[in-house]
Amino acid sequence: MKSSEKEFIAETEEILEDAGEFLIRIQESPKGSADPDIVNALFRAMHTLKGMASLFGYQAITDISHSLENLLDDVRLGKIEITEEVVSFLFQFIDILRTYVDAVRTNKPQKDREVHGHLEKIRTFRDSLSQRGEERSIKGLIADEILRVLSEYEEHRLKSNIKEKKGIYYLKSSFSISDFDVHLKEITEKVKTVGELISTMPTSENLPEGSIGFNLMIGSSKDAQGLQDIFGMRVDVLIPTGGAQAQEPTGEQYQEKPSSEIGMKVSSSTLRVDIEKIDMILNTIGELALVKGAHQRVWAEMSDKYGHRPIVVDLYRVGQSFQRRLDELKQQVLSIRMVPVGQIFGRLGQITRRYSRSANKKIELKIFGENTEIDKFLAEEVIDPLMHIVRNAIDHGIESTEQRLLNGKGEQAEIVLKAYQRGNNVVIEVEDDGKGLDINKIKSKAVEKGLISEKDTLSEHDAIDMIFLPGLSTSETVSEISGRGVGLDVVKQKLGDMGGFVDVITKKNEGTRFILTLPITLAIIKALIVRIGTDKYAIPLSSLSETFALDTSTIQLVENKKVCNLRGQMLPLTDLCGLLGLGMDNRKKCFVAVIGHGQRRVGLMVDELIEQYEVVIKPLGSYLEDLKIYAGAAELGRNEVVLVLDGEAVIEQCISKKAHANV
Amino acid sequence: MTRSMIRSVVEELDQLQTFESASGFEALKMLSANEFDMIITDINMPDINGLELINFVRKDSRHKEIPLIIVSTEKSDEDKKRGMAIGASAYITKPFKPHELKDKVKDLLKL
Repeated sequence: MKSSEKEFIAETEEILEDAGEFLIRIQESPKGSADPDIVNALFRAMHTLKGMASLFGYQAITDISHSLENLLDDVRLGKIEITEEVVSFLFQFIDILRTYVDAVRTNKPQKDREVHGHLEKIRTFRDSLSQRGEERSIKGLIADEILRVLSEYEEHRLKSNIKEKKGIYYLKSSFSISDFDVHLKEITEKVKTVGELISTMPTSENLPEGSIGFNLMIGSSKDAQGLQDIFGMRVDVLIPTGGAQAQEPTGEQYQEKPSSEIGMKVSSSTLRVDIEKIDMILNTIGELALVKGAHQRVWAEMSDKYGHRPIVVDLYRVGQSFQRRLDELKQQVLSIRMVPVGQIFGRLGQITRRYSRSANKKIELKIFGENTEIDKFLAEEVIDPLMHIVRNAIDHGIESTEQRLLNGKGEQAEIVLKAYQRGNNVVIEVEDDGKGLDINKIKSKAVEKGLISEKDTLSEHDAIDMIFLPGLSTSETVSEISGRGVGLDVVKQKLGDMGGFVDVITKKNEGTRFILTLPITLAIIKALIVRIGTDKYAIPLSSLSETFALDTSTIQLVENKKVCNLRGQMLPLTDLCGLLGLGMDNRKKCFVAVIGHGQRRVGLMVDELIEQYEVVIKPLGSYLEDLKIYAGAAELGRNEVVLVLDGEAVIEQCISKKAHANV
Repeated sequence: MTRSMIRSVVEELDQLQTFESASGFEALKMLSANEFDMIITDINMPDINGLELINFVRKDSRHKEIPLIIVSTEKSDEDKKRGMAIGASAYITKPFKPHELKDKVKDLLKL
């Protein structure tokens, strides 16, 4: 292959990758509120692709991308509404373009008839949609002199902003010709935080030699004074906020069609809010819970003093009712942060389709529980680890088609994505029906890397756990899909950061299942308050599996480590006193809080289990961030602050201590 | 891609030297430092669009009168009309044949 062809393939693949990303972002935005910048970026991507393909003489790609560019031009100009249908049509054709780029790579001839079919399909689709009414004219609202310099696209954006009752302003500024682009870039970024940049008009009028002026037309819901405060430059009002209506002259051309009115109502029923604002509400709710605690105390004192007088009973009722409303409020605010897992699964579907094609494997994706809800923040964070696992499954887990047939499996492989709620956690599973992990291979690899010695006997579970160590990959070949040796350690790390953990179940020739357990939300968590010596600590319920009282005389020593018998199984014990460096405390009786699940569990010995509490975790600050075993601090009321243990980090610490003791 | 093609076509004509810029901003900088005999521009550009560039050029005392050609795709018909309305001298639709451009340039520069 010529190097120019290679370059072409690399660049087009990048463009198509970007286009796919843009589409996903459009798909994820609420109906009717796709970011115009992204729609425009998608249009430009297709435009660039067309240009490249035509330069290199790939007619089929040129023609198809050209047709799509036309379709997207209608979309960005608002002639076609970007519906779910349009998005999936575009997805489909991006996939088709990928097959053509693949054909360039493998030197396969392009079939003319097939291309004609595609073009026809795009044309018919576009015709079936291009029936959206004309936008209303804005002549008279904005000076002609300004309007005539706008491109069709800019005019459309101006109209959209007016329709949304945004204010239209001119920001006027001038700079030295030598560095105006730097300043404009800064201002443009700032504009994005308050609204949309519609047009950038350069001007040289009334300016000294060597300088250049710019009139930036922006649409924003802020008022002129607000903008002046933010930008510190002259702001001219072209149309005030919400004001297009007010100064609208009567005349036929300004009459809005009823249908578009309905459309506006729909689009205004969702609201994008900075997640920080929601966090602030949650903080306040946390503080209200403290107020409730104070109320409880006052009631208790009064009840002691005055018994069941009506006023005391009344005070109690007020407290109960306050608590109920507070719980409701908290649920409502938390529900704002929740998104269905289906959003993530949609993106994984994309990845699967793409990679299965480039890996030349037939894979069916099955999805269960896509309506399970998870905190938006966690949803964003968990995407990367999930993508990695899915890629791994496609690349390493699932065998080639020939191999599958040899193993007596169906030609079509299967990846199952499943989500469900378990207690305070959301569990997401990725299961493939591939060859399973090769335990022996993992062991010999670990020996080779010097992670274990040949003599070490390793349980199957410990061996599987080794795939999460940095630098361990059993795949012989580096693949462009999942790379090699980078990743699973990062997956584990990331899950841990989120307060979750990952488990693997594998069976030779039957498949591998990755089980990711995450807290539903990080904002407010339920925690068990325990006492160790004189200090109190909080253990998140999400990492707690059970608690029980223990007579210390029943503790056994196995290889010099404390264990106890829990329903016939050995449970390793750790004295929290020792772990936290509080000094050993010899007691006859203690309580054990079991954290972790399945094979990965540890019993933490504590002096007392106090109560369950809902806490808002606050970070410890950068100077204490090295203390990995604490997730943060929380306030319990009466100005009492406790440290919150990070379940996963504690388990990690206990296990590494064990490993240390082995040496 | 189109830019380098335009340059090679125009430079085939004797005595003509060409300069290219990848964005509207770059073009503005060039215009402030040099004098030109002709400007050829696209409409769709990432920072300022071709119309805004034309508007600027037409109000700039040094380039008020210079010939200006829009080169853009047939999708930008509406934009080309607008360009002509604010003072472009001609427009050419992409994709175009080299001689189309050459003829327009010769015509406008009276070569």
